[in-house]
Amino acid sequence: MSADVLSTEPHTPPVGTTLLSLTGIQKRFGAVRALSDVDFEVRAGEVVALIGDNGAGKSTLVKVMSGAGPADEGSYRIEDREVSIHTPAAASAHGVATVFQDLAICDNLDVVANLFLGRELTRGVALDEAEMERRTVELLEQLSVKLPSVRIPMASLSGGQRQSVAIVRALLGSPKVVLLDEPTAALGVAQTAQVLNLVERLRERGLGVVLISHNMADVMAVADRAVVLRLGRVAGRFAMADVSREQLVATITGADTNVVSERAARVAGRSAATSAGTEGTQA
Amino acid sequence: MSTSTDSTADAAAMDPAVPVPDAAPQQPKQMLRERLAGLRGGDLGSLPVVVGLVVIVIVFQSLNSTFLNSFNLVNLCLQIAAVGIIATGVTLVLLLGEIDLSVGSVSGLAAAILAVLNVNEGYSPVVSLLAAALGGLVIGTIHGLVFTKLGVPSFIVTLAGLLVWQGAQLQVLGSQGTINLPPSGGLQQFGRFSYLADWQAYGLAVVLPVLFLAAKLATRTRRTRAGLPVGALWVPVAQALLLLAVLLAVVAKLSIDRGVPWIFVVFVAILSLIEYVLRRTRYGRAIFAVGGNIEAARRAGIKVDALRTSVFAIASMLAAVGGTVAAMRLGFANQSSGAADTLINAIAAAVIGGTSLFGGRSRMYSALLGALVIGAIANGLDLLNLSSALRYIITGTVLLLAVVIDALASRGRRSAGR
Repeated sequence: MSADVLSTEPHTPPVGTTLLSLTGIQKRFGAVRALSDVDFEVRAGEVVALIGDNGAGKSTLVKVMSGAGPADEGSYRIEDREVSIHTPAAASAHGVATVFQDLAICDNLDVVANLFLGRELTRGVALDEAEMERRTVELLEQLSVKLPSVRIPMASLSGGQRQSVAIVRALLGSPKVVLLDEPTAALGVAQTAQVLNLVERLRERGLGVVLISHNMADVMAVADRAVVLRLGRVAGRFAMADVSREQLVATITGADTNVVSERAARVAGRSAATSAGTEGTQA
Repeated sequence: MSTSTDSTADAAAMDPAVPVPDAAPQQPKQMLRERLAGLRGGDLGSLPVVVGLVVIVIVFQSLNSTFLNSFNLVNLCLQIAAVGIIATGVTLVLLLGEIDLSVGSVSGLAAAILAVLNVNEGYSPVVSLLAAALGGLVIGTIHGLVFTKLGVPSFIVTLAGLLVWQGAQLQVLGSQGTINLPPSGGLQQFGRFSYLADWQAYGLAVVLPVLFLAAKLATRTRRTRAGLPVGALWVPVAQALLLLAVLLAVVAKLSIDRGVPWIFVVFVAILSLIEYVLRRTRYGRAIFAVGGNIEAARRAGIKVDALRTSVFAIASMLAAVGGTVAAMRLGFANQSSGAADTLINAIAAAVIGGTSLFGGRSRMYSALLGALVIGAIANGLDLLNLSSALRYIITGTVLLLAVVIDALASRGRRSAGR
């Protein structure tokens, strides 16, 4: 690969430009409609949370965007150009980088080796370790990612540090949009904070970030907008400024129709005088 | 600062289990502290091998005072060349987290091909050698393709290979059973009677440390230019001086007798080349990556199947080269060439030297260290006139011990989060 894999200049279309937009996405697995008529867009410099219950279609939608599982129908546009993305390679070529939940990190290799895996810099036949290390240190500094050393095996790092390295690695290809699949699922409180800080710095760099998460606290903390999927359809779109956690949860569970809310309503009715009527939706 | 691929002294000083060619420089105190932390965390470095080697030397020397004399040490160098070359190939396969059980049979087949072409068919030594090595390459490619394309576990593919290629060896040898290489011919001359001249040996002993230091300093300059921290200058200088002292001592000791055998030089040269490829090239980095996390390697765009096939091909080719070296040293190829303990010795050498059976980890020059241990044991037991029965039992026990240490170290790494 060429020397530009780590362009340290943030690639920035002006904040607010639509970077990625999906319209009318359909995806079937046999008789099951995993996604029907889904519209989704990400703009430069914003974090969009993609939330929903298990089986709502989040993963399917991520696979559509990342090229791992292309849609059956619908249009996929990158910066207003219609593109056809059928492989992960095509997605990254169009500037869409994905950090999957399992991180895909080699524990026996050090941080530098993992960042540059598959796109090592060379001088002649030999690896250019000094240059790769310099760029690693530079990029980690820009993103304020703190590691004990860039030359220790990944296995010695904490979960948050590993997640951060995986995200930083996604940035090496100078993407416009970064998809993060449950980045905080396995992390403790402090480590989650590290990763959320990093997500905010990606936004500051003008990237569009899609955050797939189960964790309402994380979503409330960093996202600018949330798109809620339920049963393969978009059940709601919210600006985080004017939505409550309860509203989000209600939309995720389908509060008006499902058994959780029916029960909540029944309980609320029975103890009418004192109930605030909201616990049920949080169950 | 463990840049180089040419010093075991260097390997002992740092942790070379993973390729860390320009590791962040450290001050000696900090280096020591991290070393101790590493030991506790199951990162044993080359320590067990070196300790083991010292124990073996002390035991055999006290049992038979000829063990450490020059004559016997030259013999040791002659003896370990073949198994060392085979172990180098085994190291590559183990790094992938796979195994090659056919290396013994392949080495035997290569010996048979060499003898038949050179003696019966009258081809020149060079052509016979190339044909034998090419045979190994083809065999390894077949193993690799069956493994990657058909999804048969490497254990089974190479177990089948063990039998098939042994059969091929018997077929090639035909009714003759044993083919002697002509004593005055180039092959036996090279394998048994070729030693470095004094000026060559001493020249190498001086040039290698100089090259080592030059490589270290070049790395240092590049790091300085890149604005990266560098360690104390005296560390690489001291390492180079230590290497110089060791090499001079070895050459002086061996020169009292016949000198440094050419086949030993061939072994070390092959090993050095492989070490360079492993730790300093993209190909080597990809091998470590596949051994560490094959899915990550695949997603990083590494062509995993082609890589694995090529590693099996190289391993079988090195097994073939090792087989020809053994035939040249012994002066013949027969039906038991490459049989008996060749396979177990090669695998034992790789593992004892510090290549993990779990993939993705190998110490620098593990094949050399391991071959020295295995060779020293076999050689010492021969001097004591012990039976093969006892030799097999002891070699097997040492292999088990090495694997146990590997397993415990790997458990230690996990619990220390490494």
